[in-house]
Amino acid sequence: MTALGSSAEPVADVLIVGAGVVGTAIARTLARYDLDCVIADAGDDVGTGTTKANTAILHTGFDAVPGSLESALVRRGAELLRDYAQRAGIPLERTGALLVAWSADQHAELAGIEEKARRNGYLATRHVSAHELYAREPHLGPGAVGALDIPDESIICPWTTPLAYATEAVRAGVRLLLRTRVLAVTAADGWHEVTTGNGTLRCRWLVNAAGLESDRIDAMLGGSGFTIVPRRGELIVFDKLARPLVSSILLPVPTPQTKGVLVAPTVYGNVLLGPTAQDVPDRGDTATTEAGLSSLIGAGRKIMPDLVREEVTATYAGLRAATEHRDYQIRVDGSRRYACVGGIRSTGLTASLGIAEYVVDQLADAGLALRQRDGHPPAPPVMPYIGQTCQRPYQDSAKIAADPAYGDIVCHCERVTRGEIRDALASSLPPADLDGLRRRTRATNGRCQGFFCAATVASLMAGRVLT
Amino acid sequence: MNVDVLIAGAGPAGLAAAIELRRLGVGDVLVVERELQAGGIPRHCEHTGYGIRDLHRLMSGPDYAQHYRRAARAAGVALRTGTTLTGWQRPGPMTATLTSQAGIEAVQARAVLLATGCRERPRPARLVPGSRPAGVMTTGELQQRVYLHGQRLAGRAVVVGAEHVSFSAMLTLRHAGAQVTALVTDEPRHQSFAAFRLGAQLRWRVPVWTKTTVAGIAGRDEVSAVVLRDERDGSVRTVPCELVIFTGDWIPDHELARLAGTDLDPGTRGPAVDTALNTSVPGMFAAGNLIHAAETADVAALSGRHAAGSVAAYLAGRRTAVAARQAAPGGHAGGRQVPVPVMVAGPLLWISPNGVCPASPEPPRGQFVLRSAAFARRARLEVRQDGRLLNAAGTRLVPGRSIRLDGRWARNVDPAGGPVQVTAQ
Repeated sequence: MTALGSSAEPVADVLIVGAGVVGTAIARTLARYDLDCVIADAGDDVGTGTTKANTAILHTGFDAVPGSLESALVRRGAELLRDYAQRAGIPLERTGALLVAWSADQHAELAGIEEKARRNGYLATRHVSAHELYAREPHLGPGAVGALDIPDESIICPWTTPLAYATEAVRAGVRLLLRTRVLAVTAADGWHEVTTGNGTLRCRWLVNAAGLESDRIDAMLGGSGFTIVPRRGELIVFDKLARPLVSSILLPVPTPQTKGVLVAPTVYGNVLLGPTAQDVPDRGDTATTEAGLSSLIGAGRKIMPDLVREEVTATYAGLRAATEHRDYQIRVDGSRRYACVGGIRSTGLTASLGIAEYVVDQLADAGLALRQRDGHPPAPPVMPYIGQTCQRPYQDSAKIAADPAYGDIVCHCERVTRGEIRDALASSLPPADLDGLRRRTRATNGRCQGFFCAATVASLMAGRVLT
Repeated sequence: MNVDVLIAGAGPAGLAAAIELRRLGVGDVLVVERELQAGGIPRHCEHTGYGIRDLHRLMSGPDYAQHYRRAARAAGVALRTGTTLTGWQRPGPMTATLTSQAGIEAVQARAVLLATGCRERPRPARLVPGSRPAGVMTTGELQQRVYLHGQRLAGRAVVVGAEHVSFSAMLTLRHAGAQVTALVTDEPRHQSFAAFRLGAQLRWRVPVWTKTTVAGIAGRDEVSAVVLRDERDGSVRTVPCELVIFTGDWIPDHELARLAGTDLDPGTRGPAVDTALNTSVPGMFAAGNLIHAAETADVAALSGRHAAGSVAAYLAGRRTAVAARQAAPGGHAGGRQVPVPVMVAGPLLWISPNGVCPASPEPPRGQFVLRSAAFARRARLEVRQDGRLLNAAGTRLVPGRSIRLDGRWARNVDPAGGPVQVTAQ
């Protein structure tokens, strides 16, 4: 992450623009080949754009547009990520989903949704009676008439995932350049000259995985196929004490406009309510709104009245990189040595490894020389575990005996230990600020939001020794 | 490990209870505290005003915390700091899991006292919209940053709230080097002492903007402004600032109480307790700001001292109580008599304790404490059971301020009667 040289900068084989979940997935896939690979992002951490704020669901793709690229890559990506998560220690829970019908009209639509799932290659759906639905979800509000069970929908940690990809890539030699916003791209003789806010880069191949900025990067390379229309989703995170209220992801019957408001457990043991869906002009506008939050509380009161009586731990908003098209915008052009990986909508987290595999195949077909590196291929790193189903350090007697810092709980709501904070600060990808530390450890992310621990955590961040 | 009494939390309530239990001759009293130093919230409240009701002298928060630490040590209380009670082991809630740098240990207790205190609701819990920049915090975080970690704070601050703690936050901000632009409250007037309000205005020229709601927070990485809405005319204005402090709006830290399966009082949001400070779980008691968020530290300490008496009596009578329950299951629950619930109606928000224990009807300090959602210069509190008037008293209602109600009427509660209703006119 050093500053770049000027004219002496050598020509990299591949530059990936964007270190979100898609860009880092492509980086880790390319890292197994003998390539000089660079990944650049405008943010101060990986996954600070559209990646960081979403519903954290690992989809089956049952409701994708049949026959679309998205449908294929979500299916493939989910399969790959399920396996990868297990090896890398990414929190993942197969909670299943119940798509709940609240009226006779909605109930009539379930058969069509099931048929769509079949066309997407997902065959495990099953109709659930109102009786069975309430037996499984006793806190569901009154009025549900039935549901479709989608047993493989899962929840996953959206922060550990790109961190794992990036850690694997960086350890295999990929250079990660943060705070490096791409300002212009010009064609040179056999390479791209890339002007950034942090010096000039040269690369033979350029992969555009810039998320909310992907249309602008595409335009710099002469493309004009799509326009990003950021769609903001606001979400409310409820207290962990609400977790026993919900066992599955509770989906609504979608409308042509939106997938609607869902209730879902999180891998940290909270409960999510959201998202809203509103097109916004500003690509950085991740502010929540009075109208958005109150509409969610209203929706939540109907879906699960007991939930909205619990305390709210956090609210946030994310931006989906939606376009005017109904599918991903992935194109590889060998003549320009350019891959566009744009318009990755809300399914990017699920599809990430599928997208990476597809894009790398396309790059090879387009002429990028891929030669396996000598020695062992890179393996997934073992990430610090921040979920709630497996053992955390504070629960691990052997770990505490070996290193008492894992018994020193600093963030009480989330039970984050001094040892975990120390490890995050010393990791291959250390956090740049408190938000980065939160995403790595969950410190200060709990119900008190720092009332008890934020001052101590800030001191640990600043490297001050505590007595 | 086995102890007679396990106390969760070494704030004023927990430490005062432990000291009193030792004075009453209870053998093994273990207090666990998750912070590295015992003393609770007063540790980082540098202002004076502590110790009046319990110690009969006036001292600062840190001095008060130190007094209780020393007194606990002198009384032979076992105190473990840096130790978190991470949960209750099955079967039953009387075996706790303790986690510390020394490892993980199970502790079985004959009785448990929960004294886990309270905290301020943070910004998200108040559903304040906008972006999520740094510089937004509660008074608790502010005080720790300034008084425990010696941080300086620069820039302009807006304090949300106008009750006692809000003025305390203002003083802490001044001490740390920040400029306080205003205190804002959605109430029609401030809720603290007139002297505080006048002092803020005259000495520091800090205004209190009433009937004002925080409609948003702006800023990408750091706070740049708050958006305020005047509820009188709906007008909205943007006030530039670098810090936003959310004060008051207390909620009990009730995680351990809920995990133990105690019934919650819908008003206080802490465990429901009767006048002896029994929770609904036999052998489990609760005291301090867990059951009335937030009273002053001396009130919390006296609540702990009161609970200690009940715990000692429970331990002394435990065997007979169990036998009595087996003999006559109807009138007893877990070796004690079923409490008569005490309920409030609007504008009252809650009352604590919220039950009368027929065997021990005297509340801590002989008083019930209440909160109101509305102002009233002269209100009449009425206490009734099944229509029968038990007590009537005149009082003043201020939201966020403690309202005291003499508790002698509790002796006249019919143990077989319906719930007690407390109303304000």
